[in-house]
Amino acid sequence: MKDWLLEVEGLRKEYGGKTVLNGLDFRVKKGEIFGLLGPNGAGKTTTLECLVGLRKPEGGKIRIMGVDPQKNPARLKDLVGIQLQVSALPETIRVEEAVNFFNFYHGRGKDGSALEKLNLGEKKNSKYQHLSTGQKMRLSLTLAMLHQPPLLILDEPTAGLDVGSRRSLHGIIRELRDRGTTIILSTHDMAEAETLSDRLAILVGGKILMTGSPREITSTGKGWTKILVKTLGTSLEGKKFPGLLEKEEKDGYRVFFTSQIREALNMVLKAVEAAGDEFVDLRVERPTLEERFLELTEKEVV
Amino acid sequence: MKAFSYHLQFEFFTGLRNKGLLMMYYLMPLGFYAFVGTLMVELNPFFRDMAIPSMVVFAILTGTIMGLPSPLVEAREKGVLRNYRVHGVPAINILVIPAITAGLHLAMVSLIITITAPLIFSAPLPLNWFYFWLGSFSFLVAGTGLGVLIGVVAANNRVSLLLAQMLYIPAMLLGGLMVPVDQLPGFVSWISRIFPTTYAMEAMRALGWGEPVLGIWAPGGMLVLFAGGILAFALGGYLFSWDQNNATRRAPSYLAVLVLIPYIIGAIYL
Repeated sequence: MKDWLLEVEGLRKEYGGKTVLNGLDFRVKKGEIFGLLGPNGAGKTTTLECLVGLRKPEGGKIRIMGVDPQKNPARLKDLVGIQLQVSALPETIRVEEAVNFFNFYHGRGKDGSALEKLNLGEKKNSKYQHLSTGQKMRLSLTLAMLHQPPLLILDEPTAGLDVGSRRSLHGIIRELRDRGTTIILSTHDMAEAETLSDRLAILVGGKILMTGSPREITSTGKGWTKILVKTLGTSLEGKKFPGLLEKEEKDGYRVFFTSQIREALNMVLKAVEAAGDEFVDLRVERPTLEERFLELTEKEVV
Repeated sequence: MKAFSYHLQFEFFTGLRNKGLLMMYYLMPLGFYAFVGTLMVELNPFFRDMAIPSMVVFAILTGTIMGLPSPLVEAREKGVLRNYRVHGVPAINILVIPAITAGLHLAMVSLIITITAPLIFSAPLPLNWFYFWLGSFSFLVAGTGLGVLIGVVAANNRVSLLLAQMLYIPAMLLGGLMVPVDQLPGFVSWISRIFPTTYAMEAMRALGWGEPVLGIWAPGGMLVLFAGGILAFALGGYLFSWDQNNATRRAPSYLAVLVLIPYIIGAIYL
């Protein structure tokens, strides 16, 4: 298919005889945010490092727009921008110098305009050692985007960031996707993966357990949907519904669990109406990606 | 080429901002020059004759062996080199550019020593300036090569410091900086030929100042230094690793001992 920007088939990597990646297969479409979700040690960083040629896989095939990272690293650097999880710059380099330095290595002249895009203009004369974690992260992202690569790889980009910086970075990532950049996002943060990714792969112990959109992944689980109901009167007091599991009341809400959401809601609505009661609040909480992730990983551990 | 020259310029100025490098390139050599120069001239008036070559060699030795490896090791430890790699910075630039900038800093220090020593210590200027600078340059090539090689093979800064000191201290004590090599006891004199400082001192004294030195053929000594430097850079390039876990290293780091070959040949044949 022409729309695949990245294709990975049977990727295998070992460290000292220990298998770290065990035959990964996945593809990334042009213009999507593809999440690589997994716990620490799942093999996310190793996967990304194989993609950009920092590590040589023991087996499998990687093609980024048809380019093999091991055979053609010079071409690869034009196609891929990467923000590594473990990377740094010399402590005494100034922000503007860093931008110029990498600009020259990408065959571009001095151009400080990239700094304005991520609000680093004011910091252009600051030394790297004096930047905050958030500013270092933004600088790292700026450097990864300098040559406007079609594929941007972000390894745990929000690790160590405060809420504000994190939200701002999420906005930037979405904006880049909207402008046509394909993004691979590695994270162990479920909420981040769920809100940012168009599609994601769950990686555990060097294997991909599932690939799909966050909605597809959560909907295929056997997790139960939670219904919270609060009424003016007492129409639901002591009431039992077939197929609905009831948990103890909390803050005046009655809490039910069901796998058949349509039938369950109908039953509750009818019961309230029939008693001439009124709703104060009705909430439906579907299983989260986190719950689905735990379900998948528990099965894997068993 | 533009990237190379910007990298060189950037490396030179960040070097001036790095307190550790300033210490190794400027403060320590010049401080030692002022202190030991004064002391040695008082203790041994003949030291005056070798003050310039010995202090220039000391400055280059300190800057290259004690100063050069550490930033390379730190850059690898912190992931700076990985960052460079994904942005297409060639490994050769990472090795050669710091060596060139170290050379520029140390050339300035050597110039300061050469200009001030006659004024402060009445030290004689070289009779043959060409051989003096050629001798200094050959030692600079050897020293930067060894500094880079230590930076490449040392697993961390502690190992780097250990390796640097293993070379630095005997090279300083036995390499003819304080006492001419021909005045050392026989076996120690032979051992001193393993160290590049010996060849640099003998070559500079013989060809730059026209002093009668015994034992080492001076032009051959310079050849040993050039060969040692080139071999050290070649080994550094071959053993270079982009990251801390050495995932990209081509061969085991102990191959670095091959760098001793020119010095051993020199010790046997010169």
